[in-house]
Amino acid sequence: MAEAAGGPQPEDCPGSSSAQAGRAAACQGCPNQGLCAAGAAPDPAELSELRSRLRAVKHTVLVLSGKGGVGKSTFSALLAHGLAADEAKQVALLDIDICGPSIPKMMGLEGEQVHQSGSGWSPVYVEENLGVMSVGFLLSSPDDAVIWRGPKKNGLIKQFLRDVDWGEVDYLIVDTPPGTSDEHLSVVQYLSATHVDGAVIITTPQEVALQDVRKEINFCHKVKLPVIGVVENMSGFVCPKCKKESQIFPPTTGGAEKMCQNLNVSLLGKVPLDPRIGKCCDKGQSFLSEAPESPATSSYRNIIQRIQEYCDQHHLPEEKIV
Amino acid sequence: MEEAAGERTNLAGVRHILLVLSGKGGVGKSTISTQLALALRHSGRRVGIMDVDLCGPSIPRMFQVQDSDVHQCDSGWVPVYVDQDKSISLMSIGFLLEKPDDAVVWRGPKKNALIKQFVADVAWGDLDFLIVDTPPGTSDEHISTVEALRPHKLLGAILVTTPQAVSVGDVRRELTFCKKTGLRVLGIVENMSGFVCPHCSECTNIFSKGGGEELAKHAGVPFLGCVPLDPQLSQSSEEGRDFIQDFPKSPAFPALAHIAQQILDGTSQQSS
Repeated sequence: MAEAAGGPQPEDCPGSSSAQAGRAAACQGCPNQGLCAAGAAPDPAELSELRSRLRAVKHTVLVLSGKGGVGKSTFSALLAHGLAADEAKQVALLDIDICGPSIPKMMGLEGEQVHQSGSGWSPVYVEENLGVMSVGFLLSSPDDAVIWRGPKKNGLIKQFLRDVDWGEVDYLIVDTPPGTSDEHLSVVQYLSATHVDGAVIITTPQEVALQDVRKEINFCHKVKLPVIGVVENMSGFVCPKCKKESQIFPPTTGGAEKMCQNLNVSLLGKVPLDPRIGKCCDKGQSFLSEAPESPATSSYRNIIQRIQEYCDQHHLPEEKIV
Repeated sequence: MEEAAGERTNLAGVRHILLVLSGKGGVGKSTISTQLALALRHSGRRVGIMDVDLCGPSIPRMFQVQDSDVHQCDSGWVPVYVDQDKSISLMSIGFLLEKPDDAVVWRGPKKNALIKQFVADVAWGDLDFLIVDTPPGTSDEHISTVEALRPHKLLGAILVTTPQAVSVGDVRRELTFCKKTGLRVLGIVENMSGFVCPHCSECTNIFSKGGGEELAKHAGVPFLGCVPLDPQLSQSSEEGRDFIQDFPKSPAFPALAHIAQQILDGTSQQSS
């Protein structure tokens, strides 16, 4: 990074990818100290490395939300399962929620470890055509906390993209933590080396969630990430006893529908609450195959199909050129 | 008193500081912070809330003061007061944004700098409790907040979870964070513990049940109580109404009052 910026590099430079970047004694007075400390843009050499590793990835979809606990990981997991139902497609699921990785549990992979091979880290496979990577696979106990500031998180995200042997992948799905900070900026920067189809934004109906989700959509515009559409989770609850519907998280400001109209983004669908969704996540099962008759399942399937169509359409021009 | 020796800081008049934490997002940290503040106010305490969720501030909206601005005075920033008696005061990045939908796209160092300012430069005045509402995780905001508050009267942390295993898993990590940073865990609150159908009164455990209590037992920390799911709770906090005054008959009310009481008992024991 120091060379890229054209400044003199201090003798004991810890390197821009080090956790000490911008913080070590040697960094004092270096013109790139600020950049390094903030974990700024990767240099061109790094980007080309990332590009060569991710060349075999056809489609990349980010799952985002400004708000926590709205079902990003649940949706990411189901999207992966749904896409991998087609055995001809190779699906990769990457969890970049470094401080709160939920994907291992939801995919039934708790306790699994990542293996090192000649060509890098091997993802953990749920099915032959569905590989998963998460910081959860690198921890020795479920109580382990990853108490890291930004630069270390960025370093690991880079490793996940550069050092994991994903192989040929049709769909790379990236599950993110809530917010608009280090993880989000870094993954967008690192993926700028390759083709990103866009982001799926998850929300719940109430205004407290929507106000954070609007921020996330603004973030997408700022970093020029296309928004594939919005999914409204926890949209109404049908009592299993009397079959009447209640709004647990009331859409007091019109819910996702109104927000999508105002911001001119598409609403991919609404998914009702079903107590079995949470149970399947806890057990690491796919809700789609456990409860095929649930209205939530058909709603999820519709949404997955729309994402698939979006990706197909957006890849056509490039394939023609090739 | 450590402050007596040095300069009088803006936190000198604050008697107890407590953090509301959770590894998981959307479990109700801001809701619990809000309701706890209201419950403490009802028992005659002066309360402040410092919202250090910089990318997703919810506190202004919960109190329906999202259009308020922060003003400057001699001793620093004046917090936003919710009522005439100035019994609840708030500080949040939400008050500093020009447009409510502005995204705060900041990496760690900038977030840390603002948190330090929130700790040092807000003129809280005299408060019985300062509640610190946090974003999910164990990263920059959490490390910076704990570091900045360490010299002050940090009572401890309340951990919020929902009952399902996926959420409890993240809260286990948050417990490790508390242990590693030497932060006392005042207890665990299980939020959204079941939903009572308003049509037929059938209780459904949408996010299962009992996970928080089990975790508290497993980790050897106090269990402060279950707060049931209540659409009125969500609605009242959306509209910024005083939930405690509006809904004393709600199933969530005794739970919140009970939690507030346990915290008050804890502090009176500590001071006696």
